[in-house]
Amino acid sequence: MDKYAKRQYIIGVIFALIAIIFIVRLFSLQVLDSSYKKYATRNVLRPVINYPARGLIYDRNGDLLVYNKAAYDLLVTPREVSAFDTTQLCSILKISKDELVQELKKARKYSRYKPSVIVKQLSTEMYAMLQEKLYKYPGFFVQTRTLREYAHPIAAHMLGYVGEVNQSQINKDPYYAQGDYIGITGIERAYEKELRGHKGVSYFLVDVHNRLKGAYNEGKNDSAAVLGNNLTTTIDAKLQAYCELLMQNKRGAVVAIEPSTGEILCYFSGPDYDANLLVGRERSKNYQMLLADTLKPLTNRAISAAYSPGSTFKTINALIALEEGTITPQTTFVCGGPGTKPISCTHHHESPIDLVGGIRESCNPYFWNTFRSIIGNYPKAEDGYKKWREYVESFGLGQRLGTEFYGQSPGNIPQASYYDRFYGRHHWNALTVRSLAIGQGEVIVTPLQMANMAAVIANRGYYIDPHLVKSISDPDNNIHQLDFKRSDCMVHADKFEQVIEGMQEVIDQTNTRYTAHVDGIEICGKTGTIQNTHGADHSAFIAFAPKNNPKIAIAAYVENGVWGARYAAPIASLMIEKYLNDSIGAPNRLATEKRMIEANLLNPNQKK
Amino acid sequence: MASRNNIWANLDWLTIGFYILLVFMGWINIYAAVFNEEHSSILDMSQRYGKQLIWIIAAFALAGVLILIDSKFYVSFAFPIYLATILMLVGVLLFGSEVKGAKSWFQIGGFAFQPAEVSKLATALALARFTSSYNFKIEKMQSIMVIGAILAIPVALIFLQNDTGSALVFAVFSLVLYREGLSGTILFLGVLVALVFILTLILQPLVTISLLTAAAIIIYYFINPKFLLALKAVAIAATIFMALWLSNTLLKLAIDTNKIILISAILASIIFTVYALRHRINQLLLIIGIYLMLVLMTFSVDYVFNNILELHQRARIEELLGIKSDPLGVGYNVNQSKIAIGSGGLAGKGFLNGTQTKFNFVPEQSTDFIFCTVGEEWGFIGTTSVILLFLGLLIRLIFLAERQRSVFSRVYGYSVACILFFHLTINIGMTIGLAPVIGIPLPFFSYGGSSLWSFTILLFIFLRLDASRMEKLSY
Ligand SMILES: [Zn+2]
Repeated sequence: MDKYAKRQYIIGVIFALIAIIFIVRLFSLQVLDSSYKKYATRNVLRPVINYPARGLIYDRNGDLLVYNKAAYDLLVTPREVSAFDTTQLCSILKISKDELVQELKKARKYSRYKPSVIVKQLSTEMYAMLQEKLYKYPGFFVQTRTLREYAHPIAAHMLGYVGEVNQSQINKDPYYAQGDYIGITGIERAYEKELRGHKGVSYFLVDVHNRLKGAYNEGKNDSAAVLGNNLTTTIDAKLQAYCELLMQNKRGAVVAIEPSTGEILCYFSGPDYDANLLVGRERSKNYQMLLADTLKPLTNRAISAAYSPGSTFKTINALIALEEGTITPQTTFVCGGPGTKPISCTHHHESPIDLVGGIRESCNPYFWNTFRSIIGNYPKAEDGYKKWREYVESFGLGQRLGTEFYGQSPGNIPQASYYDRFYGRHHWNALTVRSLAIGQGEVIVTPLQMANMAAVIANRGYYIDPHLVKSISDPDNNIHQLDFKRSDCMVHADKFEQVIEGMQEVIDQTNTRYTAHVDGIEICGKTGTIQNTHGADHSAFIAFAPKNNPKIAIAAYVENGVWGARYAAPIASLMIEKYLNDSIGAPNRLATEKRMIEANLLNPNQKK
Repeated sequence: MASRNNIWANLDWLTIGFYILLVFMGWINIYAAVFNEEHSSILDMSQRYGKQLIWIIAAFALAGVLILIDSKFYVSFAFPIYLATILMLVGVLLFGSEVKGAKSWFQIGGFAFQPAEVSKLATALALARFTSSYNFKIEKMQSIMVIGAILAIPVALIFLQNDTGSALVFAVFSLVLYREGLSGTILFLGVLVALVFILTLILQPLVTISLLTAAAIIIYYFINPKFLLALKAVAIAATIFMALWLSNTLLKLAIDTNKIILISAILASIIFTVYALRHRINQLLLIIGIYLMLVLMTFSVDYVFNNILELHQRARIEELLGIKSDPLGVGYNVNQSKIAIGSGGLAGKGFLNGTQTKFNFVPEQSTDFIFCTVGEEWGFIGTTSVILLFLGLLIRLIFLAERQRSVFSRVYGYSVACILFFHLTINIGMTIGLAPVIGIPLPFFSYGGSSLWSFTILLFIFLRLDASRMEKLSY
C-alpha cells in the first residue's frame, strides 16, 4: 500500500550519518588533537577592575583639598593557584607565612573563582619587586587603585572619609563589590555618587603561568573607568585653617556661613583629627585609636552636639515679640539686678531698660517679660506657646538643615504636648517654662543651627539652606551649579533693626568689646553662657559682620569656656577679622589671637 | 474508544524517557555554564538554572495537558492553528519588538514570545493535514503548489523578520515530503544547489564550471556508457572554450574570462541540445537542463552572496568555509567553542570544573553554545552520549511514525523528527565548526522557556497522536 515505506531507512541512515560525522569530528577534536588543551590553558580570563579616581575636592577659591594617590593591592584567584615558593613571597610582602596562609584560606572561603585581596596597599618598592617575580605565583596579580590624599590637615569632619563597603551596602546597591571604597561620612558620603565615578573592567588573557597574553576579544568587552566628578566646596581653606589654629586644644564647634548664599565658610568640630590618618595601611589601627579617644575626635559637634543656645537665644525672643506686637523698641521693663523675681539678672544696670539696652545688657528680667508677653498674647498659654514655637522653628531651629549633613541632630524645640505630659494639660504657663526666655531649659540647638540663626538675623529674615558644596564639575569640565532652597522667617525685615542695634552695642559697649571689637568692622553679636553641671560653663557666641550687607555669620561654642566673652566671642571676632580683612591688625588683637591659640581647655593644668 | 486510562498506558514511555533525560542533562549543564559561587544552589531562582527549573516543571505540566487533549482536535484544528500562526507572524512584523536585530518577539509584560517557534509546529500540522487529505497526490502539480504555499508563506514572513536561522529550519520539511513520495531527484537537486553554492564561493568559476561539465559528461556516460561519445563531448566543450579564449587573446577583445566560460558553456549546451533532440535522448536533455541551471547559478552566487545575505551572515559562511579566517572576530565564537570542547579530552574536566565555559569565553554559553559545556566538562564520552541519545530519540520517532495508521500522524511524526534533526545538526555542527553560526537552540538542552516549551509541545502532540493510533482519525 505504501510504496515509499522503504524510504524510512534512507532517512534513518541520513540521521545516523550526521551522528557519525559528529562523533568522528568530536573524536578528532577531543581525543586525537591535544592542541586545544594547550589553547585552553592559555585561555584563562582575568577580569581586572579599572577603578576610577575619585573626584577631587576644592575649596571655594579653587584651592585643592583632596586628591588621589596610586596604591597597589595584591589579589589572588584561588582556583588558579598552584604550588609556589611561599617563603620568597612572604619575604617580598614582609608578612609571616601564617598570615599568608590565613589570607589564602579567607580568599578561598570567599570564592574560588573570584579574586580576593591578599595584601592591601603595597608600597611602591614592594610593588616593583613583586612585579618582576609575579610570574612565579600563578593566580596572584596586582591591581592598581587610588587612595585619598589630603593637601592640608584641615576640615576632616567636613570632608569625611572613605572606607570599604560593608555587606549591607553591597546588598543595597549592586554597583558595589567587596573591597570597593565608599564615602562613610562628610561630603565623601553626601556626594558619593558624584565622587565615585564609574568602575570599568578589562579582560585579560593569561596563561597558567600567570603571564599576560594580551587583551581578551581585542578589548571589545572592556569598559573604561569613568572619572568621578570634582566638587567645589563652599569652605574657605584659609579661614578653616585659622579656625583650627584658634580652636586647638579646645572642645567645641565653629560654623561660619555666608548669609546671602547659605555657603558654609568654615565648619569645624574640635578636637578633630588629621584626615590622612584614615587612609592607607594604618587606617584601621588609627580608626580604633580615634574611636577609643575619650575626647571623641570622630564626633562632629558642629551638627550633632546638643547645646543650649543660652543668651544668644534672647535675640529670637525679642524678634518674635516685635512681630507679635507685644513689645515695641520703646517698651521698657524694670530690672532689679541679681535677685529679681522670677528670673534673676546677672548684674546691675540702668533700669527701666528698653530693647536695645536689654540685648546689650543681656537682661534676664527684660526677656522674661518679653517672653511672657508673647505667651500672654493668647487666651490660653498653650496657644501662645504653640505660636512662639512656630516662630522659633521658622529660624531653622528644631529641624535638620540642608541635605548634606549625615548624623545631624535636629536639636529640640519642645512641643506643647511635651509640657502637657510633664505638668499636665492646662497646668503650665509662661512662668512654668520661663527658662525658655533666656535660652536655657529644654531648647537644644546645634552649632550649625546657631550659625544659620545668625544668618537669618544678618539677612533680616531669611536663610538659604546651609551647604558645603557649591558646584560639581564632570571630567569634561562641565560645571553644574547647585541650587539651594530659601526659607523665610515669620518675622518681617523691618523688625530686625533694633535687635541688630543691640547686638552691635554688645560688641562696642560692653566688656565684650575688649575681646571682640575690631576697628573698622561693624560686628553685631550676642554672647551666651551655658550652664554646665559637669564642670566649667560653656562659652557661646553668635555674630555677623559687617552690620550692613553682611558677608559672614558665625556661631562659636567653646566647651568649658566659662562665659561667652571669654573664648567664643574673641575666636569668632578674630575669624571675622581674618575673613574680612585677611589679617589681624591691631596689637591688642594679636595679643588676643595669641591667647586664644595658647589656651588649652582640654587639660587646663598642662600648658602647651 | 480508548478511555483516558488507556491513553496513559499507550504513551510511548521510551520516548518520554529520552525526553526527560535530555531535559535533565540540559538543566545540569546550564547550571554548570552559568555557575557562580554566590548563588551556588541549583534552585536559586534569581539564576538561569533556577528559572530553567521553573520552565521545566511548566513544560511537564504542559505535556500532561497535551496528553489529555483529544487527538482529533489536532486534525480538525490543523488549518485554523496554521492560519492563526500566519496572522501572528504578520502581527509580529507590525507590532513586535526587536531582539538582537531580529524583529521576531512579542513582548507581553515580562514574557517574551516568538511566533516563529510556533510556526514550525503549525506548519507541521498543516502539512500533515493536507498530505492526509484524499485529493492529495504528490505527483499532481496542484498538490505540489499547495505544499509550496504552506511552506513558503511562513518562510517568507520569518525572513522578513530577519530571523534567517528559524527560516532555514523549514528546509527540513523536504525530508518529510521525501518520505511521502517527493522525487529523490528534487532532494538531490537541492543538495546539488547547496554544493554548487559552496563550491563557487571556494573555487574559481573556471574550475567550478569545468567540474560541472565533467560531472555532466560522467553522469551521461553512466546512463549511456559509450566511451567514444563521452570523449567527443569533452573534445567539443574544450574546443569551444579554447577557440573563444584564443580569439579573445589574439584579437585583444578584452572580454572577461568569466564571460568566455559562460558563453562556451552555453554554446556547448546548444550543440548537445540539438544532438539530444535529433536523437531523442530525453535523459541528456534533463542533464543539460540541470547543467545550465547550475552554470547560471554559479554566476548568480556572487550576487546573492554579496547583495542578499547580510554582512554577518556572509562573514560566518566565509569563516566556516575557511575563505577568510578571523579567529578574534566572526570566528571567535566557534574558535572559543572548539577550544572549550577540545580541551575536554576523553573524559572531560568534571562537573563544574570547566574553565572555558566559565568567565564568558564562549558567548551564549547557556543558550546556543550549551554543547560546549557538555564537551568541556564531560569530554568525548559526554558529547557522544548526548549525540547517541538524540539519535536514539530520532530513530524511535521514525519507528513510531511508521507504525501510525493515519497519514496525518505519520507526516506529523516525521516532521517532529526532522525538525529536531535539523536543530541539533546545525546547533552541534556550529559548536564544532561544521555548520555556520546560526542562532538556533539545541532542543531540550538550551536555556530558555520559549524553546523548551515549543519542543515539548511539538513532541507531546505526536506522543498523544501515537497513543491513540488505533483510533480512526476522521475529518
Ligand atoms: Zn537686668
